[in-house]
Amino acid sequence: MAKMMYRDAIRNTIFQEMQRDSRVVVLGEDVVGGMGTAGGPEAIGGIWSTSTGLYDAFGPDRVIDTPISESAIMGAAGGLALAGKRPVAEIMFADFIGVCMDQLWNQIAKFRYMFGGKSVCPAVIRMPCGAGYNAAAQHSQMISQFVTGMPGLKVVMPATPEDACGLLRQAIRDDDPVVFLEHKFLYAMSGEVNDDPDFCIPFGHARLARAGQDATIIASGMMVSYAETAADDLAQDGIGCDVIDLRTTSPLDEEAILDSVEVTGRAVIVDEAPPRCSLATDISSLIAQKAFASLKAPIEMVTPPHTPVPFARELESAYLPGPAKIAAAVRKTLEYR
Amino acid sequence: MQLNREALTRAYRQMKLIREFEERLHEEIQTGEIAGFTHLYCGQEAVAVGVCEHLTERDKIVSTHRGHGHCLAKGCDVDGMMKEIWGSQEGLCNGKGGSMHIADIDKGMLGANGIVGAGAPIAVGAAISNKIDGPDENGDLAVAIAFSGDGACNQGTTFEAMNLAVVTKAPCIFVFENNHYSEHTGVDYAVGTVRDIASRAEAFGMKVWRGDGTDFFSVYDTFREVLEYVRVPGNGPAAVEFDTERFFGHFEGDPQRYRGDGELDRLRAERDCLKIFRKSVTGAALLDHADLDKVDTDALQAIENAVKASRAAARPSPENVLDNVYISY
Repeated sequence: MAKMMYRDAIRNTIFQEMQRDSRVVVLGEDVVGGMGTAGGPEAIGGIWSTSTGLYDAFGPDRVIDTPISESAIMGAAGGLALAGKRPVAEIMFADFIGVCMDQLWNQIAKFRYMFGGKSVCPAVIRMPCGAGYNAAAQHSQMISQFVTGMPGLKVVMPATPEDACGLLRQAIRDDDPVVFLEHKFLYAMSGEVNDDPDFCIPFGHARLARAGQDATIIASGMMVSYAETAADDLAQDGIGCDVIDLRTTSPLDEEAILDSVEVTGRAVIVDEAPPRCSLATDISSLIAQKAFASLKAPIEMVTPPHTPVPFARELESAYLPGPAKIAAAVRKTLEYR
Repeated sequence: MQLNREALTRAYRQMKLIREFEERLHEEIQTGEIAGFTHLYCGQEAVAVGVCEHLTERDKIVSTHRGHGHCLAKGCDVDGMMKEIWGSQEGLCNGKGGSMHIADIDKGMLGANGIVGAGAPIAVGAAISNKIDGPDENGDLAVAIAFSGDGACNQGTTFEAMNLAVVTKAPCIFVFENNHYSEHTGVDYAVGTVRDIASRAEAFGMKVWRGDGTDFFSVYDTFREVLEYVRVPGNGPAAVEFDTERFFGHFEGDPQRYRGDGELDRLRAERDCLKIFRKSVTGAALLDHADLDKVDTDALQAIENAVKASRAAARPSPENVLDNVYISY
């Protein structure tokens, strides 16, 4: 085990996979940083420090600093994958999905099926996402609801440094396209990471972050740590909660959710995306369809309001789900008669 | 002209095969037997064949919604393609793709594409992959080709792709087939460039060529120069624009009310790449009419066989909906 930050877990995993497999190629805006400047290559090393040192180690053919052209990045990732490489593309902010949606949705996600299985498409699309930095409406969004709803994509939302490592390695070795949603606010999170160079976490297996008998909290990404805080607070009052970290939103570990709800009878779903047509509504529907008889109270959803992400500190705090809102939702389900 | 009889015959056979493939589809679609949208390549055969006759299986192409010609020219199986368009389980894509999504990765055919302008970024990715793989024993890079029409040249993706190819010095060739219509709109209206499409590529710093897309020899000779340039490591991408003609509508069923009086008859009489080829090779006594007539007969027979095979081919079963799915709910 080694203690490291979430961002270093990502950077180190890419580095190790590039060393292991010469087909792994990195591309994105400023993934080198400083190209064509007095400072020279690696003057920045990626704005998230998730690609620092890759260019010096692997050179310009395999670490491709691109112009600000998300469609070209996404499309080139698709072309690289069809041609037998294993691209790891970075879309600097997940919000920029809007300018490259076609290449993700109509191309990468569909190749294997549309071509009758004649191709695979081993592309990893890393998308730093989420709120918490007061980056306002176009640099703070959670986009899990779009990509989870697209057939042909696997969607990963690591909540800890160790999961960032194990899930990213799994993504790079996977033959299908994976959207890897890294929460920006987690980059500085520190934790123990399994340093086995083949450590992978298989997709579709949720992690039980807390265990309890009274209610089930289902969360993903940054929401997991808020759910853990809420569960720890509730435990002080003798209320025990399962906290399920989904890890991957597609495939979805339905069994982990249903097994827990069948025991607790109470479900609280925490989602950083707006409240309509989202993971929260999706899982709510899953529970209603498949664990109806176990429910002792209506399902609760803790989500932002149906608004763009606001800028001011007070407004962003009011917008985001947090431990207090999650704990209140759990108490509400317990009080239901 | 440096081609021997065998190569000339092969080029003509490829063009004729595409022509008869499309002419037959034009008839069959009217019977209602074939489902979906179909965009025919008739009239542009000299471009696909003049380009692809130079390529090897290492070279990749990315095609368009009007992709049958590119697929056939790159070596996709005639029966497999026809069966795919028929929606058969035996089609190249098991009936999952249809006319707009024919692909054969092993042949270097990375897909036709239903989205106008979507192909160019994918071609750049394939070209970057070729660059990473490096030159062969002769010092030549494999290339990737983005076929685009005058419609796709107005998509931002095409501009992004051209710039990325230049920045990464990717061995990518942008082949612009200007058939004068983007869907139902004329090129003089829709392409707001003072000169031509090639001049746009030139503005990205690329070396460009221009050729007559109705003349196989113009395409073939021009493209040889393009290819020789792009195969050299370090040279990066290039572009070529071919002036060509579309004999049918944007899609099958298009009433083509935008055509001028007698336009289609004139194009068929004066701008038919097959007639121009025949006149050229018989005039120069490279092939005689009997040779070409034999190719015509063989091509018709090959298409007849493909249609018969498609009619008889296995249909997909409902459970095939879930084939090649990696996550199910």
